[in-house]
Amino acid sequence: MLNERYLPVIATLLVFILLYGYGMVEYKGFRDTLVFTNLLTDNAFLIVTAVGMSFVIISGGIDLSVGSMIAFVGVLLAYLITGLGIHPVYAAIIALFTATFFGMVMGVIIAYFEIQPFIVTLAGLFLFRGLAYMINLNSVPIDHELLVTLSEIYVPLPGRGGLTFIAMAMLALLAIGVVVAKRTRFGLNVYAVGGDVQSAALMGVPVKSTLVRIYALSGLYSGAAGVIFAIYTGSAYPLAAVGVELDAIAAVVIGGTLLTGGVGFVFGAFLGALIQGIIQTLIIFDGSLNSWWTKVAIGALLLMFILMQKAIVHFSRRYSGKNPEPPEQPAMEKVETT
Amino acid sequence: MRLKRSMRWEARTLAPIISLFLLIVGTALVVPGFLKLSIVDGHIYGSLIDILHRSTPTALIALGMAVVIGTKGIDLSVGAIIAICGAVTAVLTASTELHPLIVLGCAVLVGMVCGLWNGTLVAVFGIQPIVATLILMVAGRGIAQMITGGQIVTFHSDFINAIGNGFFMGLPARVVLAAVIIAITVLVLRKTALGMFLEAVGGNSETSRLVGIDSKLLILMVYVFSGFCAALAGVIIAADIRGADANNAGLWLELDAILAVVIAGASLSGGRIYLGLTIVGALIIQTLTTAILTSGLPAQYNLIVKASIILLVLLLQSKVTQDFIKARVQSFRRASDA
Repeated sequence: MLNERYLPVIATLLVFILLYGYGMVEYKGFRDTLVFTNLLTDNAFLIVTAVGMSFVIISGGIDLSVGSMIAFVGVLLAYLITGLGIHPVYAAIIALFTATFFGMVMGVIIAYFEIQPFIVTLAGLFLFRGLAYMINLNSVPIDHELLVTLSEIYVPLPGRGGLTFIAMAMLALLAIGVVVAKRTRFGLNVYAVGGDVQSAALMGVPVKSTLVRIYALSGLYSGAAGVIFAIYTGSAYPLAAVGVELDAIAAVVIGGTLLTGGVGFVFGAFLGALIQGIIQTLIIFDGSLNSWWTKVAIGALLLMFILMQKAIVHFSRRYSGKNPEPPEQPAMEKVETT
Repeated sequence: MRLKRSMRWEARTLAPIISLFLLIVGTALVVPGFLKLSIVDGHIYGSLIDILHRSTPTALIALGMAVVIGTKGIDLSVGAIIAICGAVTAVLTASTELHPLIVLGCAVLVGMVCGLWNGTLVAVFGIQPIVATLILMVAGRGIAQMITGGQIVTFHSDFINAIGNGFFMGLPARVVLAAVIIAITVLVLRKTALGMFLEAVGGNSETSRLVGIDSKLLILMVYVFSGFCAALAGVIIAADIRGADANNAGLWLELDAILAVVIAGASLSGGRIYLGLTIVGALIIQTLTTAILTSGLPAQYNLIVKASIILLVLLLQSKVTQDFIKARVQSFRRASDA
């Protein structure tokens, strides 16, 4: 029998195929592979952010700081490369370390002080945006020949399409994310913590260190998204990527991850982000609709998927004979070490 | 036992008020003339009045947010509702001949409908508040842009502009308006059983249902109230700049509102509503902003200071820190007894 856990992902895939099919039928230009590869390139930073966000949401948390992190990493890169003359590779490594460190600090506050992730990462949102402002207030270009070389890397595919460097980097990070979630002890722990903190702790899952690692991972992924975004735009701007956290959360939810935690697929986030991209592409192809329709369409999709999840959870609980609605677990309150 | 509880309650209550007082005194020492009030043309002017004036939208939203958080909810969509209601006000004033009062009524009604939408998702469909209000947060600015046609609509109406910048009995009209709304809310919540019911729902929704409280209806009403407050804030912000900016009106104001509620000492897990202290919290946020600006520090420090304060308050409030302090105090007492 088909596991109901796969239903949301299958629905997401169907929506994606329907939208893409509609585009292919309606517009000739849509049939070229270029549209698909552009979709990968243009949404690379969003997909990478969403992969990191998947881990956070599967663990039952949320990370609102990712958009600011992208802007901060971009501005930091510009400062290191243009301002201090550091080689871009080292600059990227420093930036990724910084992002991971900040993610880890948020994780420590969430895990050891037992404060809701929502409000801690909200403080992170303010902090990283503020730090970005401190480094630089203006939009600055990042000039280095390495960036030019990277933008020339191109693996041609049949048709006019081809994979750019950032598309390939994104696919690699996605693959790593999928493997980490499904094939490592850490990945299992993430699912366990998201499913039920108390049982996870009783089974011997190191809840706190797992939480710290989850937020460090999200920091690393949003940092990587920042590097990708900097390569993509070739510039840094402290007001970049405002609201990306919402797009990333929407991508994860549309991709079939339950916001209550415990259930979800990293690959779904990829589909969820692509669906957002395809809606944008369709609107551009149409030409008569304005770009704000994207937001409304994404909102509507988000609603649809949330209601669908609700229905699936409801019916699967009813037929498996368990409680229809288990009492809400206050996060980690019951787990006393003394 | 009884004495202990009341003592802790007082320390909690006093902390935000003392902070505000210290902040004002501190700023007055750095910035000469900060406390000076002057009367020009029968209107009171001065930095303190300016703080009241500027904090009005935040205070109104924080009022709604305090009640929502009291029922264990959260309303992320207030920024979007501000944009929608500002757009409604601007478009109706600019393109129709309706009486300003009717325009105001329409804007408030639209805000309450938005709140009803959130409330329905939370109370009827049982979706977590963060997720339910996220939908409108994502789609809301798109809707606002649809209303304004993607442009910044400017308008002129003596009545509505007076709400933004006018004076009433020497005080800014919007401050008077907000004070009236706050006073009515305090009266309704504290002089009727409503406040107790709401805190009961926030404390334990299932228990309160068993004692006969219609928690669904209450939760629905709470989100409608939050929408109402956001609508008023939206009208004030639109009237202030005499135009509606769908992209930026009320951007990140939801975070300020949540911050105000947290400063007031309310737990995000519900059960407590501190209306007066929330307003103090909103004033603290605005005083900080004004202090940073007038003391000559660069404006970009604002976000970092805000973030540090959220983190500090959260860490102080967290159970771990409080247990630690309690343990220290007890061991100190034991030592001094022996």
